[in-house]
Amino acid sequence: MSNIPDDLNYTKEHEWVAGVDDGITVTIGITAYAAEQLGDVVFVQLPEAGSTVEAGDSVGEVESTKSVSEIYTPVGGEVVEVNQTVVDDPSLANSDPYGDGWLFRVRVEGDPEDLLSAEEYTALTSGES
Amino acid sequence: MSRHTPLKDVHESLGATLTDFAGWLMPLRYGSESAEHNAVRQAAGLFDLSHMGEIFVTGPQAGEALDHALVGHLSALAPGRARYTMIVNERGGVQDDLIVYRLGDEEFMVVANASNYEKVAEELKNRAKSFNAVVEDRSEQYALIAVQGPRAQEILATLTDADLDGLKYYAGLPGTVDGRQALIARTGYTGEDGFELFVANQDAVPLWHALSAAGEPYGLRPAGLSSRDTLRLEAGMPLYGNELGEDLTPFDAGLGRVVKFDKPGDFVGRSALEAVKDTPPRRRLVGLVAQGRRVPRHGFPVTKDGAVVGEVTSGAPSQSLGRPIAMAYVDNDAVAGLAVDIRGSHEAVDLVELPFYRRKK
Repeated sequence: MSNIPDDLNYTKEHEWVAGVDDGITVTIGITAYAAEQLGDVVFVQLPEAGSTVEAGDSVGEVESTKSVSEIYTPVGGEVVEVNQTVVDDPSLANSDPYGDGWLFRVRVEGDPEDLLSAEEYTALTSGES
Repeated sequence: MSRHTPLKDVHESLGATLTDFAGWLMPLRYGSESAEHNAVRQAAGLFDLSHMGEIFVTGPQAGEALDHALVGHLSALAPGRARYTMIVNERGGVQDDLIVYRLGDEEFMVVANASNYEKVAEELKNRAKSFNAVVEDRSEQYALIAVQGPRAQEILATLTDADLDGLKYYAGLPGTVDGRQALIARTGYTGEDGFELFVANQDAVPLWHALSAAGEPYGLRPAGLSSRDTLRLEAGMPLYGNELGEDLTPFDAGLGRVVKFDKPGDFVGRSALEAVKDTPPRRRLVGLVAQGRRVPRHGFPVTKDGAVVGEVTSGAPSQSLGRPIAMAYVDNDAVAGLAVDIRGSHEAVDLVELPFYRRKK
């Protein structure tokens, strides 16, 4: 069973979202479940810092040995920071998906897409595997 | 419902990610596929290949029957040796690529791909009808375990008295490994030295455990189909369904050397292949190395100045080169200025000779 921290929110696209409660800036990454499904991540493409995104947009991609997945932003707003460290070392998305493997930060404008609780995301992933 | 090998429970206990491959539930990877790939390049890897097919052809005319059924000259093969060959249809299209082992004067084993062996067994039976030979599909009785990598011989030597030094590349001999009957073959699909061990199903689990234990001090690790694919791709080895198929001849794939026109008698596909053997195909199989980090994949168009000039057949990130690599069929006159259309973006690639990787002897 993959690690699914209680204090994060999740999306159906297997991303996690941190810091939703303060409603200002959130951090987004892929879940441990997503990383396990992908296998070794070899390439991460992220949105540009300073760009404006809308909730549900495809803003990048995560590529592994066997497959590629798009990265969607579950919130709209300005991309205020991207994780250059994970671009340089994509294996961080596997080894530390909730920590050093984070992907990008957005200053939120408007309401996020429907986000899942840890409990709801656990139910989603156990249905898939 | 997928079929599975005798080692399925072992794979599950090792935490493997299992995947459907050609109707078989097979280990895709046990942990990091990159680590498995590197283990095979630097030490050794242990593979379950029991999904492959083993078809036996026996009898006084077994060699002649195979000469007629396949493109190679198998009756000329010495006992104990093996040959890479193909079975083609009347149009010369590749129905499978095969390794044929001559086990004795009147006994051959044909090893076929999992996706094709039932078709191959059926074709061999039809094509052998007028010969004094018996074709028997024994795939369900045999497991196949491969040990591949520069430490493979040292590891196997701890479990067998067989003369591994005397066993050449593309040779096979019967022996015992950990006290179990096995056909020990020096063949593989990784670009490294290594062995393939054909054993009875009931010996697969104990043999796997014996090899795991013997290999541990040498850095052996179990390796799944994901690393097998990147290893064979670096070695420039074709995969049926990607680089080979019924609409391609051996000449299209740059493998015309496996077709032996000078052997005695007729063979299935001869006239079709003779008609094309001196005509260069419109496209040739080449290697591509990406300049960027996005990965060309099976089916992606190869372009030059925006026009399609080819198609990727296999692609993956390469551990050994540190960049994405691909095999592709590309128009003969397209040499430089190539790109691969990766989801709408034309990513520059360099054309290179195959293979991408060649081991140091």
